[in-house]
Amino acid sequence: MKGTHLGEFEEVILLAVAIRTGDAYGAAVVNEIEQQLGRTVNLGAVHTALHRLEEKGLVKSEMGGATAERGGRSKRLYVVTALGRRALEEIRQLRNQMWDTIPKIVWS
Amino acid sequence: MKLQKPGCEIPPRWATLLLRSFCAAHLANELEGDLHELFEQRVKSAGVRQARWRYIKDVLSLMRPSLMKAKPGKYSNPSHIDMLQNYIRIAFRNLAKNRTYSAINIIGLSVGMATAILIGLWMWDELSYNKYHEHYDRIARVMQHQTYNGVTSTTPATPLPMRAALQREHASDFTYIASSSWTEDHILAVGEKKLSRKGNCVEPDFPLMMSLRILKGTAAGLDNPGVTLLSESVATALFGEEDPINKTIKVDNKNYFKVTGVYEDLPYETAFHDVSFLLPWKFFLQEEAWVKRSETNWGNNSFLLLVQIAPNSSFAQVNSKIENIKARHAKEEARFNPKAFLHPMSRWHLYSEWENGVAVRGRIQFVWLFGIIGAFVLLLACINFMNLSTARSQKRAKEVGIRKAVGSLRSQLIAQFFSESIMVATFAFILALLLVQLSLPWFNLIADKQITFPWDNQKIWLWALGFTLMTGLLAGSYPAIYLSGFKPVKVLKGTGSSLRFRTGRYAAVPRQTLVIIQFTVSITLVIGTLVVLRQIRHAKDRPVGFDRSGLLSVAMNTSYPRGHSDALRQDLLQTGAALHMAKSSSPASEVWSSDASFSWPGKDPDQLGDLGTVGVTPEYGKTVGWQFKQGRDFSRDFTTDSLGMVINESAARFMGLKEAAGTRVQWNGDQYTVIGVIHDVVTGSPFMPIQPTVFMLREDWTSFIHIRLNPAMTAQEALKKLQPVFKKYNPGSPFEYKFASDEYDLKFHAEERIGQLSTAFASLAIFISCLGLFGLSSFLAEQRQKEIGIRKVLGASVANLWQMLSKDFLVLVLIACLVATPIAYYLMHNWLQHYTYRTALSGWIFAAAIGGALAITLLTVSFQAIKAALLNPVKTLHNE
Repeated sequence: MKGTHLGEFEEVILLAVAIRTGDAYGAAVVNEIEQQLGRTVNLGAVHTALHRLEEKGLVKSEMGGATAERGGRSKRLYVVTALGRRALEEIRQLRNQMWDTIPKIVWS
Repeated sequence: MKLQKPGCEIPPRWATLLLRSFCAAHLANELEGDLHELFEQRVKSAGVRQARWRYIKDVLSLMRPSLMKAKPGKYSNPSHIDMLQNYIRIAFRNLAKNRTYSAINIIGLSVGMATAILIGLWMWDELSYNKYHEHYDRIARVMQHQTYNGVTSTTPATPLPMRAALQREHASDFTYIASSSWTEDHILAVGEKKLSRKGNCVEPDFPLMMSLRILKGTAAGLDNPGVTLLSESVATALFGEEDPINKTIKVDNKNYFKVTGVYEDLPYETAFHDVSFLLPWKFFLQEEAWVKRSETNWGNNSFLLLVQIAPNSSFAQVNSKIENIKARHAKEEARFNPKAFLHPMSRWHLYSEWENGVAVRGRIQFVWLFGIIGAFVLLLACINFMNLSTARSQKRAKEVGIRKAVGSLRSQLIAQFFSESIMVATFAFILALLLVQLSLPWFNLIADKQITFPWDNQKIWLWALGFTLMTGLLAGSYPAIYLSGFKPVKVLKGTGSSLRFRTGRYAAVPRQTLVIIQFTVSITLVIGTLVVLRQIRHAKDRPVGFDRSGLLSVAMNTSYPRGHSDALRQDLLQTGAALHMAKSSSPASEVWSSDASFSWPGKDPDQLGDLGTVGVTPEYGKTVGWQFKQGRDFSRDFTTDSLGMVINESAARFMGLKEAAGTRVQWNGDQYTVIGVIHDVVTGSPFMPIQPTVFMLREDWTSFIHIRLNPAMTAQEALKKLQPVFKKYNPGSPFEYKFASDEYDLKFHAEERIGQLSTAFASLAIFISCLGLFGLSSFLAEQRQKEIGIRKVLGASVANLWQMLSKDFLVLVLIACLVATPIAYYLMHNWLQHYTYRTALSGWIFAAAIGGALAITLLTVSFQAIKAALLNPVKTLHNE
């Protein structure tokens, strides 16, 4: 089993998949990230990350139907697995924990 | 379906194609979908240009290994090792199943390889000559071109003043300069122990230049005239286990030398390998008055001059400086247009022949010649392998079909056949090593070498590995590509058509071409060999001009008493073992000196009176058996004969004299009279014209004793009687003699060696070709078994069938003959041009080679053809 450590970009992708639940495929994830973060990403980077996430068991995928807007080509739909959800929560909790331990004086 | 509204933009087509070319098939569809969707969106939001640009960037970003990997299959994925195991197992089964073919393949290939290895070792040996010396690449000998009578001759003999001039004028170009005498026999003695060994008189720098490895003592003694360096073998022979340093040895029964050093014997592959001891040059000067006199004589070309050029200098630079050194210093020599040059040590062995001042062929031609022959013999063996494998491929067609049907890729099949052929090549290589080991002693004998197989040399093994792989790949290439190209459907469809899937009209063409190539090479080699043997025979049958059987000669070394020659003669004749005895200045079939100052009536003033000169005693003619054409022999009865001359036929022709006897010849201020003309005696090379020679009664020149043995006695008895006489007159030397017939035979050594080697190679080539033909014919006969059976049932006779089966091969060999004849004619015609006395390229040689090739083909093929024709048709036809 590959390491379960989640990189920053992988985390973003995983979040995007969660946001688009039910309609999370390559192009949609690209759109989501570009909208949310306001930066451009390459399709290749997204697909590679999705592959890795699937290998790690954080997402799973199945083929969806073909649509006319894609020139009649089918899409692969991704869903966050329970493991994926736990990974996201863990990260969030970790962050919160760290936020909480910042002394108040830092901001004053 | 594509929606293509007018004005609707499409992404760059090439990028899509690029994506399809690298992307894994199962991912292509969804990726294209994503790309397309994003493109459409971006056209709307950012414009076409931007959208296209992003599209291309996305495609490039998709080029990642994880997206290129094929989808993992459901079935087991055997590793390469598993498949290799399977290939080897199948290969073994195949070899064991067809024992004859396997044996033919492996034996043929191993014989070819063994030949190639032997030739490779030989070439290696030839090319590594003289590399023992550390300064190998900077050592040279000084040589000269000189022109007499319009002919330029080239010699390594130089005059002594040249050495002094080099030292004086060009010292900065040389690290070392050393004169040397020629390598000569001397008698070395310690107490009662006496040996005859070859050695040189050299200047003190010689051991340093040649980087002799000193085992005991020092190399730096040779500037003292009473000192000697011995090679290890001589030191052991003289002193045994004792330490030879500071001991004294006696040389030629006259002079004593103190041993100051012992050096490691020079290996056989060096120019000076027979130099087994060194004497000081100063001793040479003291001992030989003529050498001392030569120190100022530019006209006496009699010494070896070795140099090592300085590190900052090059041979070409030095050559241009020293070219005219002789003409500059010696005005009287300038008319011969002498040109000095350095001949580098790296070229001594292989590039040492000049014709008219131009470097020609030399030994390197044999390195090339045998290299080419070796490559060809190996090629023949590989052709066998290819032929047999393709011929038998039809039997393996089903295997290929099934392998393909269960999913074997073409590349895997190619790998299978290559691994098979490499395996066979490895077997053949092991067998070849065995053959090489067995035949090396014989090979060394005929090639005059001391080659051993370098078992401990890692580089050689690397080479061997590469060599085996190459052979395997070469031999396996055609079957691998041919077999793997079969269409499984056709092969497996049915028994009836399956065997005919590639037996169209042209299916056999590649195979036939290979057979033709094979026989062309073999027949060319056979014709070449016949011509070489014929040329040797031709020269051996040449009239020799003297009677060489029962003629004995003894070289008179310096310790022979110069006086009482008559007493020696009387004593020898008294024994009854000698019929005649005479002395001369050159061996019976050589002329060692010549002089250019003869003149005679009617001589063209521009012609140089250059004649070979031999000094003899009056009985010489009787002793060697001269045959007179005109005039008479020398006689003790005529005192005027001391100014008489006997000349040979060539001399008479050279001087333009029809009636030579009685002609007056001027030489050295004296008036000589020609008293007789003899038939030419073959001197020098028996393949070359005979040197015009005069014989004069000059006992003071003589250095050989010739004895005509009494034919009534055996040579053994005669020698036993002669020996005590020699002991009496020259007690210091062992009794060493040579038979004129042996010496004469030595003249053919080089040509006989070529003859023997080419006989061996030609036989091997024919053997390998026939082996291949044998395998091929047996296979084809087996394949046509049913056809033969049916023909027999319908009434064909054995003769008919034999004719049918042999005809095809005979036609191929005939074509090969047609190709080989002009090639061989051209090559051998050129070779014969090197010899002045040469045989004609008569038609019968070609006829014999072609006839022989046809006969041997017929014999090989008939064996199988008759065997097939004699089979009972009931047996061949019954199971179907």
